[in-house]
Amino acid sequence: MDRYVKQRMGFAFLTACAIAVVAPILVVIGLIFIEGAKAVSLEFISAVPYGGMKEGGIFPAIVGTLILTVGTALASIPVGVAGTIYLAEYARDTWMTRAIRLAIVNLAGIPSIVYGLFGLGMFVLFLHMGTSILAGVLTLAIMTLPVIISTSEEALRAVPMEFRTVSASLGGTRWQGIRYIVLPQAMPGIITGIILGLLRAAGETAPILFTVAAFYLPQLPRSPFDQVMALPYHLYVISTQVPGMPMSVQYGTALVLLILVLSMNLIATVIRSYFRRRRQW
Amino acid sequence: MGARHLSLNWASSLSSKIAGLVPGRKGKPPPPAGRSYVEFLIESSIRVLGFSTIGFVLLIFFFLLREGLPIFREVAPANLFGTRWYPTFDLFGTLPLIIGSAYVTVASIAIALPLGVATAVFIREVAPHWTREVLKPLIEVLAGIPSVVLGFFGMHVLAPLVRTTMDVPTGLTAFTGAVLLAYMALPTIISVAEDAIDTVPRSYRDAALAMGATHWQTIWRVVVPAARSGIATAVMLGMGRAIGETMAVMMVTGNAARMPISLNSLFMPVRTMTATVAAEMGEVANGSVHYHSLFGIGIILFILTFLINIVAATAIFKKRHRGGLR
Amino acid sequence: MVEKKVSAENINYFYGGNQALRDVSLGVPAHSVTVFFGPAGGGKTTLLRLINRLNDMVENTRMTGRILLDNKNIYDEDVDVAILRRRVGMVFALPLPLPGTIRENVTYGLKLAGMRDGHRIAEILEKSLVQAAIWDEIKDRLDSPASSLSGGQQQRLCIARSLALEPEVLLLDEPTSGLDPISTRKVEDSLQELKQLYTIIIVPHSIQQAARVADQAAFFLMGDLIEYRPGTEIFTTPRDKRTEDYITGRFG
Repeated sequence: MDRYVKQRMGFAFLTACAIAVVAPILVVIGLIFIEGAKAVSLEFISAVPYGGMKEGGIFPAIVGTLILTVGTALASIPVGVAGTIYLAEYARDTWMTRAIRLAIVNLAGIPSIVYGLFGLGMFVLFLHMGTSILAGVLTLAIMTLPVIISTSEEALRAVPMEFRTVSASLGGTRWQGIRYIVLPQAMPGIITGIILGLLRAAGETAPILFTVAAFYLPQLPRSPFDQVMALPYHLYVISTQVPGMPMSVQYGTALVLLILVLSMNLIATVIRSYFRRRRQW
Repeated sequence: MGARHLSLNWASSLSSKIAGLVPGRKGKPPPPAGRSYVEFLIESSIRVLGFSTIGFVLLIFFFLLREGLPIFREVAPANLFGTRWYPTFDLFGTLPLIIGSAYVTVASIAIALPLGVATAVFIREVAPHWTREVLKPLIEVLAGIPSVVLGFFGMHVLAPLVRTTMDVPTGLTAFTGAVLLAYMALPTIISVAEDAIDTVPRSYRDAALAMGATHWQTIWRVVVPAARSGIATAVMLGMGRAIGETMAVMMVTGNAARMPISLNSLFMPVRTMTATVAAEMGEVANGSVHYHSLFGIGIILFILTFLINIVAATAIFKKRHRGGLR
Repeated sequence: MVEKKVSAENINYFYGGNQALRDVSLGVPAHSVTVFFGPAGGGKTTLLRLINRLNDMVENTRMTGRILLDNKNIYDEDVDVAILRRRVGMVFALPLPLPGTIRENVTYGLKLAGMRDGHRIAEILEKSLVQAAIWDEIKDRLDSPASSLSGGQQQRLCIARSLALEPEVLLLDEPTSGLDPISTRKVEDSLQELKQLYTIIIVPHSIQQAARVADQAAFFLMGDLIEYRPGTEIFTTPRDKRTEDYITGRFG
């Protein structure tokens, strides 16, 4: 066979594979948008569910997911950013540093359901937090850490070494160099990392199954020791545990969750590309 | 004045002690005092928080062991590694679950690997610029879709499709799960494979082209083989992701705890370790044998993913050293 | 004997197993321009960086000997490196403006030192830019990004940035290596002004430059200090054969 025919066939195969990867993504998103749009209304996102969750809206689940996401941010950002600064700016190549890196790689790889087990064992039972926002948030925060750290570390390392040297030569301590030069320059990357981590936390179901999620709770929580409904868990419940659930409600819930996650994704992308263009080095 | 002076000295002496704790810094005196007290506090907390990641891994492992180890006392090994998982009848055979996980994982990689590598090659070598600009964000979007949403889609769209096209009694099969898992692993596989292709030296390509190879021959005979080890890493990471995936798998695989040993099990229901934990933990009494057994599965999952990630990570670390990243 | 501003005493310096400086001793008089020159790898830049302890940041290095600033060993335990570096400024081979505006660049060191007095800061800003011979060119755009300046302007901005801290000693590591002849000339001319106020040590980027600016010059070869004498003598009548070979271009 002529080798150029072969090449054309090869490229056609590669193109087909790429389409096979991308087309289903479009189908998933398209279908959920089309079907979900039929259910989503002002009432759907602002009312509490009733009638065996078949009627009303999903307001408590939306609020629950927002609370969990914000709580996760509060708990994970300080630890994540500090860990990043330590690894990128202070850590030398020692066995301890390698152990930390290994720990982060490992944390990133632990299955989300195992985080759920851990949260149950440590926060819910051992620390007597009960099934609560606090327990869920802490579980999600630990799960989010490796995402934040690995993404932001890239951002810190991308800041040229020379800036640190210049800062030191002008009488800056190491911390001043980090505070005034490295962090401001790396901030877009750090924010991107944080959003990507939180995006994962917002969409996860397994870690909150036994730590915070409520099957049906038509009111808003009053304290961190209350349970909440959450969008991903709610979607799981209404699509598998409740017989006779109208499809439109299911698709509507999926759509709201998808929009929440995709808009976070979009924000991260916009921040990244905007600052990449504005950067002076 | 006296108090402030004292506190500064205390701070600097403590900081030198902490610095001394970190190997490799011993030879050099730490930067002497003069840094403010606040700065010392900030730097110490950064250090402590940096170390905390190790603490979290240990804590996770500790609590899994604490809640899971009793199962090995409570249930005989023959039962524990038997082929029947019926906790209500005190049968805790984890074998069908382990094999179920492995089965679905391997099947998903079999789908994702060719697709992922081909797509990575397409993006890096063939695609025109605008296509790349469309593909990359879409694949990132895929990475961001919550697994429960994919599971939902799998239940309502993919499963009926599998049922009718394969003419099987239920569409909730190992295959359905494998397809979903493949798509969830694809973003990881594609991006790692892309990096691997990226590191193939320009000169390899040029040499092949100069000898009269077509672009396709160059890709197929030179670029992809040279990126082998990176692609292997991608597979490891994809496997780690697939083994640990919970919700999507639970929603589409039918969850029958039977041994998937024949090839046509691919189109029968199967039950994974993760799905078992997720489905049953809500219904067990804390501290019961069944409860301990689910934590036991957690231990297996933890160790498995730990090993997979160590292998994948050492490959990545090696690459870093070669690349001279710092 | 003239009082030495900076003295190196028996400096040995190692990068891992490689010795970069071998038993180097010399004294630098105040208010003059001292040149460290010689072929690459001779140790001149290393010695320069040791004077404001920038090499503290380099891992796996070892030093013996003392470096005195006003007769005080800067490697003593009780020396605050940040304060030392304010007293001993450094300008690098490449212009390295920090991200931000011209104004932010020049006042960065003052901010680090905790200076808050806006009036005083503005004064210092103007004074250092004037001293670095760049004030007239940029006084109308102090708030534009430093990266918008030309290479020569950036380097003078970097000099101004060091001068803003009113250092006692100014170290320059091939400050004109990336510059065109006109910008080079401007920097060299400003050195002659600056030495009235500061003690200057420079690693030049050519022998011609060394000869033009040196009050005294030290020739380094493979980690050894070969010869250290007034500039008027060393470039016209070198005593050591190796110095002569280097100056006349027979090696290096």
